[in-house]
Amino acid sequence: MTPPPWEVGDVLAEIRLDPVSRLSLIKYAGASGDYNPIHTIDDAARAAGLPGIIQHGMLTMAQMSRLITPYFDRGYISSFFTRFTGMLFLNDVLVISATVTEAEEAEHGMVYGFDLLAHTAEGRDIAKGTLGFVWTGAAR
Amino acid sequence: MWSEHIGARSDSVRNTVERGAVKRFAEAIGDLNPLYLDEELAAESHWGRLIAPPTFPRVLDFGTLTEIRMPPAGVIHGEQGYRYRRPLFVGEDLYCYTVLEDVYERQGKAGKMVFVVMKRVAEDGGGEEVVSSKEVYILTEVALAGAGEAS
Repeated sequence: MTPPPWEVGDVLAEIRLDPVSRLSLIKYAGASGDYNPIHTIDDAARAAGLPGIIQHGMLTMAQMSRLITPYFDRGYISSFFTRFTGMLFLNDVLVISATVTEAEEAEHGMVYGFDLLAHTAEGRDIAKGTLGFVWTGAAR
Repeated sequence: MWSEHIGARSDSVRNTVERGAVKRFAEAIGDLNPLYLDEELAAESHWGRLIAPPTFPRVLDFGTLTEIRMPPAGVIHGEQGYRYRRPLFVGEDLYCYTVLEDVYERQGKAGKMVFVVMKRVAEDGGGEEVVSSKEVYILTEVALAGAGEAS
């Protein structure tokens, strides 16, 4: 059994994503089936009162999970909550960070709690989340 | 608005977690974890097979609540929360449905807002819950006008 790499209070290395592009939003629309045009078509976004197209909240949430999903070979995510607090526009750069908030013994292994934060490179809050990961330690 | 429909439940829809759909989704979110994509490596992992990213349930069909119709514009996705018993497995069948969990109104700076809380559940063939989500949507004045509910 591999020992977990985290201790309460640890700050994970942040992820800085490529600037939001129309193509990345079109790709997510196609892959997810969310064709709400405020995410891809300028006129539709303006008609909805927005200054421009905005990234899907669920794409931001998926990007937030990337700090933890590399550990899927040692356990699984048991809970994942996100509150969407701001809008992400074209060319914005999203930065994802996480802190380990708790570690608790449970039936199938240690459960780690994380606080996740997504903000733009300029420091505008986009989403806040919490995530629980069950470290079973089993590689196979 | 809609409070008489709290508790309404959609039909259950059978979904297959398709390998190609998982691959496209993983590429679209920029998470190229080999456990989603590399069949041989995944077969040797503790899962014994390919798994799907945690937000992949967004792709699944959770049925339609016939009692309500979300307005086409002015709806804000406020919160999303998942609970998982395990990851989704590529190739498995899941039976998915939606429940209208709550509807409540708040008076905001921009006028009346209606909060709609949906619960979505995915069960395996034995009726055991694999993942569920709670989603909060906020209907703004624009949305309420579209739904004929302007204050």
